[in-house]
Amino acid sequence: MTIERLCHQLIENHPNFEDSCIIGIQPRGIMFADRIVEQLRKLVKNPEFDYGKLDITFYRDDFRKRETPLAASTTEMEFLVEDKNVILVDDVLYTGRTIQAALTAINHYGRPRKVELLALIDRRFNRHLPIQCDYSGIVVDALEEAYVKVEWEQIDGADKIKLYPKK
Amino acid sequence: MLSTKHVLGIKYLTTADLREILETAEQFKEVINRPIKKVPSLRDVTIANLFFENSTRTRISFELAEKRLSADVVNFSASSSSVKKGETLLDTVNNILSMKVDMVVMRHPSPGAHLFLADHIDANIINAGDGTHEHPTQALLDAYSIQEKLGSLERKKIVIIGDIKHSRVALSNIFCLQKLGAKVKVCGPPTLIPKHLPSLGVEVEYDLRKALHWCDVANVLRIQLERQDIKYFPSLREYAQYFGVRKSILDELNKEIVIMHPGPINRGVEISSDVADSDHSIILDQVENGVAVRMAILYLLAGQRN
Repeated sequence: MTIERLCHQLIENHPNFEDSCIIGIQPRGIMFADRIVEQLRKLVKNPEFDYGKLDITFYRDDFRKRETPLAASTTEMEFLVEDKNVILVDDVLYTGRTIQAALTAINHYGRPRKVELLALIDRRFNRHLPIQCDYSGIVVDALEEAYVKVEWEQIDGADKIKLYPKK
Repeated sequence: MLSTKHVLGIKYLTTADLREILETAEQFKEVINRPIKKVPSLRDVTIANLFFENSTRTRISFELAEKRLSADVVNFSASSSSVKKGETLLDTVNNILSMKVDMVVMRHPSPGAHLFLADHIDANIINAGDGTHEHPTQALLDAYSIQEKLGSLERKKIVIIGDIKHSRVALSNIFCLQKLGAKVKVCGPPTLIPKHLPSLGVEVEYDLRKALHWCDVANVLRIQLERQDIKYFPSLREYAQYFGVRKSILDELNKEIVIMHPGPINRGVEISSDVADSDHSIILDQVENGVAVRMAILYLLAGQRN
């Protein structure tokens, strides 16, 4: 339901998706992006948009602040974003730092005309940076120390959103 | 996370370390093929490249890897430094470190120079070759290149041909390939094969044709004339005759094998031009992969620091 509604919202702003592309953020934004893309391909007549998977590990601002370096995932970007309307897709928008890193990373593939953000969950009270999403599935109001996890049928067995009091 | 804060040699790394480096290198290989080949990960890291011995490939490869990770880089070469005035290794390094350097990449003619340094300084040390001992980043990029070409190293047969005695590449390769599940043979004139080698679980073959027939991959090494204090074989011509890899020998095999060489190549000695430039050769892929592998090592070591 939510995914279908989000797709219709996207279609309103991106007629035919001619100059648009969808970029999912690794690792857990991909499952959501896959669903969005699958649904869009059903809804749009000639769905010829590019779909990329972006890993932002090397752009994170907490490198060397953690105990151990994070393992990177695969980036699959077979196209340039020069002059395109980019729709960034992630599962949870929390502090905004991942998105900041993703914006830096995207610039390495060209200068996009516009970048929009689509998040399944918007934790609106936990932002550290002035970053907001353009499309969101559900708004979750949770404490800073809480952890919101989205589980997907493909890897976790069922589609669920879980709220943990502690990380 | 790596089990160690230095990369002194393959001997001191676990199999899990090697796999982690190779997996991370795969991501960096994608990075260096982007339109903008740079990521900001090491933007607050300063790295000193200390080369007490000549180098082209390794030095440029390390410098590119460092710059593509956005690190600050200082270069040092022994020939134009105070080493000539009699400064000791430890003094030289400590002076450089007091200028707030986080990591040291060093090539040194003395085997074990890095082990000595690791006991005395705090910075991460990466061995870029120490005498005839080890050259871990070369071994890792070789392993990466084989894996890329053949899919996996498990049970693959690799023969290392040439000057085994003077080669740090050979020793690091033997450790690395064995840890990753490959079988290793060496081939060369008896005078250039150390007699203790079978104790490492390596078979020795003196017949080039038999060795090539057995293997999936042939890693051809350079004859290191600069390290040979005495004559180990009568002439380069004779060496090329018996151990030079050339097209006519490869054509006799009824299979395709992968040809590697760590460079610099002595064309017409250990390998002929038609082989070095053929489709079987992955020599230039090795060089490209070298940057990705070194980026992975730098990234994983730098990430440990708080």
